Amino acid sequence: MSQQWIYTIVYLAWLAGAACFVLGLHRMNSPATGRSGNQLSATGMVIAVVATLVWLLTREGGLSTTAIVIIVAGFLIGGGAGLYTARTVKMTAMPQLVSLFNAVGGGAAALVAIDDFIRLNSGAPVDTTIFVVLGALIGSVTFTGSLIAGGKLQGLIPGKPIYVPGGQLVTIALAVVAVLGTIALILGAYGTLTLDSTATLALLGVVVLAGLIFGVTMVLPIGGADMPVVISLLNSFTGTAAAMAGFVLGNPVLIISGALVGASGAILTKLMADAMNRSVMNIMIGGFGGGDEAAGAAAGAGGTVREIGADDVAIQLAYAQHVIIVPGYGLAVAQAQHAVRELAELLEARGVDVKYAIHPVAGRMPGHMNVLLAEANVPYPQLKEMEEINPEFDRADVALVIGANDVTNPAARRPGSPVSGMPILDVDHAKSIVVIKRSMGKGYAGIDNELYSDPKTGMLFADAKDGLAALTAAVKAL
Amino acid sequence: MSDQLLTSLAIFTLAILVGFEVISKVPATLHTPLMSGANSIHGIVLVGAMIIASEADNPVSYTLAFIAMVFGAMNVVGGYVVTDRMLQMFRKRPTAPKPTTDGADSAPGA
Repeated sequence: MSQQWIYTIVYLAWLAGAACFVLGLHRMNSPATGRSGNQLSATGMVIAVVATLVWLLTREGGLSTTAIVIIVAGFLIGGGAGLYTARTVKMTAMPQLVSLFNAVGGGAAALVAIDDFIRLNSGAPVDTTIFVVLGALIGSVTFTGSLIAGGKLQGLIPGKPIYVPGGQLVTIALAVVAVLGTIALILGAYGTLTLDSTATLALLGVVVLAGLIFGVTMVLPIGGADMPVVISLLNSFTGTAAAMAGFVLGNPVLIISGALVGASGAILTKLMADAMNRSVMNIMIGGFGGGDEAAGAAAGAGGTVREIGADDVAIQLAYAQHVIIVPGYGLAVAQAQHAVRELAELLEARGVDVKYAIHPVAGRMPGHMNVLLAEANVPYPQLKEMEEINPEFDRADVALVIGANDVTNPAARRPGSPVSGMPILDVDHAKSIVVIKRSMGKGYAGIDNELYSDPKTGMLFADAKDGLAALTAAVKAL
Repeated sequence: MSDQLLTSLAIFTLAILVGFEVISKVPATLHTPLMSGANSIHGIVLVGAMIIASEADNPVSYTLAFIAMVFGAMNVVGGYVVTDRMLQMFRKRPTAPKPTTDGADSAPGA
């Protein structure tokens, strides 16, 4: 076959791969077709990678031995590391692993762009320069930003916002440096500025370095609970960086897939922020509940809480008709998903109707709670989303809140509180409410939860796992 | 701008619009698997790493291409496997468990 023919077939295979990505994402719309959608997407990836390999091997010059060693060794090492971590990671630690994969993806995009720039050696035309610099810059920001975000979720870096005095100024200064460097490189390529190859490379180095530090200073001041939104945003960035690399290499599959992920990440980021009633800008600039302390404190002060024992709760649960379980961050941290399923099955065996109320942002990421509960074999139909379950709280005999806080705070219905306007679960509509919680500690918003001082509410102070084990034992003993 | 670049820009724009449409219909419960799935797709940058590896001809380029290969492969392989693990959780049970029986766990495939 002639070269032209091979390239045509390879190009068509790239397009087929890109089509698999689009269709695969589309199939991930529903839990029933989700898995096959991901497999379709993986098939697209195999097609694209194999096609690329065929093209590189058959085109003029072929692949040097060194190149083959680099490709094979790099793939085995990186793929092996990815396979091992993805297989062994605990369900609760998945968000930070996704963040790590996002970091390396961004890093790869940056390296591809940087390498291309070095090869062109300041002889790059203006348009290529623009895409190279954007790819290198965006990739650098996502690399360090995702590492910091993952580190925060993993607990390697404190989850609470970290403010360095003058930190905002440093971030702004870095952004200015990166933008100025980019402009200088473009002007250099245009010929307005005369830059020799050393100066051009040095400038690119400055831009990349500014991007790397910017990623750190951008994410550090953001609180751990906002990390899902940040990771989603960085995911979108990586997609864009991959598309920029695609422009540099003139490769259609990189452009299509990168743009697809760039758009998906942007939409997803907005949806996540909306669910928390926050704007993306607000999160990125940082600070939640900082100036609104007074309003929240006034509402929560003066209430007393009623403590309740496991035996009393067990009786309430065992003789109830409708029980709604409200799992939250505390359940995820304590890894109590199996314990809650055990209790629920015990109750169901006694004829109690058990449902789970899933707030969109419960857990660490939207949908994270569903994944955890599904891992514990909780039947998918029992998981109810907020809109669906809220009317049912009026009929519920007991609402069992496990480690959820802000998403149940009735203060959100009134203006003047930091959580105002956030959609909440109508837990306070249930006839009786039991809250399993380690302490009276505050949630992410840093305010008291009025639900706890509701006369209908009993507080069971325990770790989610221990509390549920005690409840299960008490129900069994009845 | 060259014809090729203009065509690429057209593809880029359309792909962005496709991305908006495909994503905006996904229910909130699937957001985490979806983010992870999209995350694996940008691992396509692996193709870029392969291309720069094939064109490398000096130690600096070799090193950059190698690191890019490792990073890209980790993104692709890890991303798809972890997404599959998440989505596997949403599989349908062979039989819907009834409130009065507790034999659902012993059903085949559960």
